Amino acid sequence: MTGIGAVTPLGVGARPLHERWSAGACGVRDGEAACAEFEAREHMTAKEARRLDRFAQLGVTACAEAVADAGWEQLPYAPERVGCMLGTGIGGIATFESNHELLRSGRSVSPLAVPLMMGNAGAAAIAMRHELRGPVLVVSACAAGANAIGSAMRAIQCGEATAMIAGGAEAALTPLARAAFASLEATSPSGVSRPFDARRDGFVMGEGAGVLVLEDAEAARARGARIHARLRGYGATCDAHHLTAPDERGTAAAAAIRASLEDAGLDASEVDYVNAHGTSTPQGDRAETRALTAVLGQRAREIPISSTKSAIGHLLGAAGAVEAVATVLALRERLAGPTLGLEHADPELDLDFVPGAARALHVEPGRGAVALSNSFGFGGHNAVLCLESA
Amino acid sequence: MQDEMTDTTVTDVVTDALVGFGCEREEITRAATFESLDIDSLDLAELAQVIEERFGVVLKGSDVVTLKTLGDLIDLIVARA
Repeated sequence: MTGIGAVTPLGVGARPLHERWSAGACGVRDGEAACAEFEAREHMTAKEARRLDRFAQLGVTACAEAVADAGWEQLPYAPERVGCMLGTGIGGIATFESNHELLRSGRSVSPLAVPLMMGNAGAAAIAMRHELRGPVLVVSACAAGANAIGSAMRAIQCGEATAMIAGGAEAALTPLARAAFASLEATSPSGVSRPFDARRDGFVMGEGAGVLVLEDAEAARARGARIHARLRGYGATCDAHHLTAPDERGTAAAAAIRASLEDAGLDASEVDYVNAHGTSTPQGDRAETRALTAVLGQRAREIPISSTKSAIGHLLGAAGAVEAVATVLALRERLAGPTLGLEHADPELDLDFVPGAARALHVEPGRGAVALSNSFGFGGHNAVLCLESA
Repeated sequence: MQDEMTDTTVTDVVTDALVGFGCEREEITRAATFESLDIDSLDLAELAQVIEERFGVVLKGSDVVTLKTLGDLIDLIVARA
């Protein structure tokens, strides 16, 4: 991992995410977490801006930061050897809604409707902007960001690419999405994101994007790249249980955590931090606690486990990617952000969820700090990344 | 309500539309080519919609594919009046 970028409700940039979350800032306003500081025209031409739905604008902007952070003034590899894997839960839903409104009122639907709302628009825009001609794909649902990063790693491992731009982008703070998630009783009626708290009552919708530059380790070293972290392992499973509800036993989620550790060649005792999926839903947080306890055993009680969603809400298909960015910086700075809003412990959820204030990570000298980043999505998709600071 | 169609009104409507698409107003002249203005098939499809709404003139992709300059396009629209 040589480059990171993010646009989140805590600001434009990966640094503001880490610094403001660690300081206890919360990006939720009136029950939603919008990227209020983001102005598309500050990051792209008028033409680019009007040809991209907000989700793709966020993705392109986070990508520009990640690519600059990786020191890619131009592509360091042949364009055919660099691809992009971008996750999104819903794609251009604001475009969909505004064009549906035009149609209903008897006006013409825009020729830009399809190119703006299609889920692959973000990945395609990144490919065009940076002239990436390797594999360029999109993945979906609320684990999409983590699935994208894991799949991108596999593309490099199997020799399909030398470097991949991977992440997720989402902008679904729209009337339809709001009503649809509320109707499912997935979002919080109180409008508060407080993962693992006894009063948690659903997730708070957020928007944003997170993008990482992944490079083949040898190639990165050969070009003298500054390396943030190593993506050590990836595990992906499916509950095959329910369209929206998690399997509360956490069986398949546990299997994904275990697979990620096995892929990394690491033992539970070597994990220093977990960036939890922690959506603040009653069932989800319970299933995740069970899965972590099942795989990490005693270690689950010894290490800090916190949820970025307490500060920025649930970014759906961007969540896993933004949280991977947050995890990279937590490992680099040896500082885990807190789970905000956690004041009333739930007796069933008895792990150290870092209430109150950010926590320093204690890592024995001579080795990198290791973290797991969990992402679970509707459809029972589970994706777990295992990262180690460089 | 559709606007009266003269060379001037068509030029004004086309110019305003292209500015909305991200073109620089000062670069928009009759002699400017689509290529020099970075106008592609999506821009032309959007422009055709504007023209139809304002003047009731229907432009198909096959109508504009051979045109090179904005002047060619404006002449075609006026000729369809």
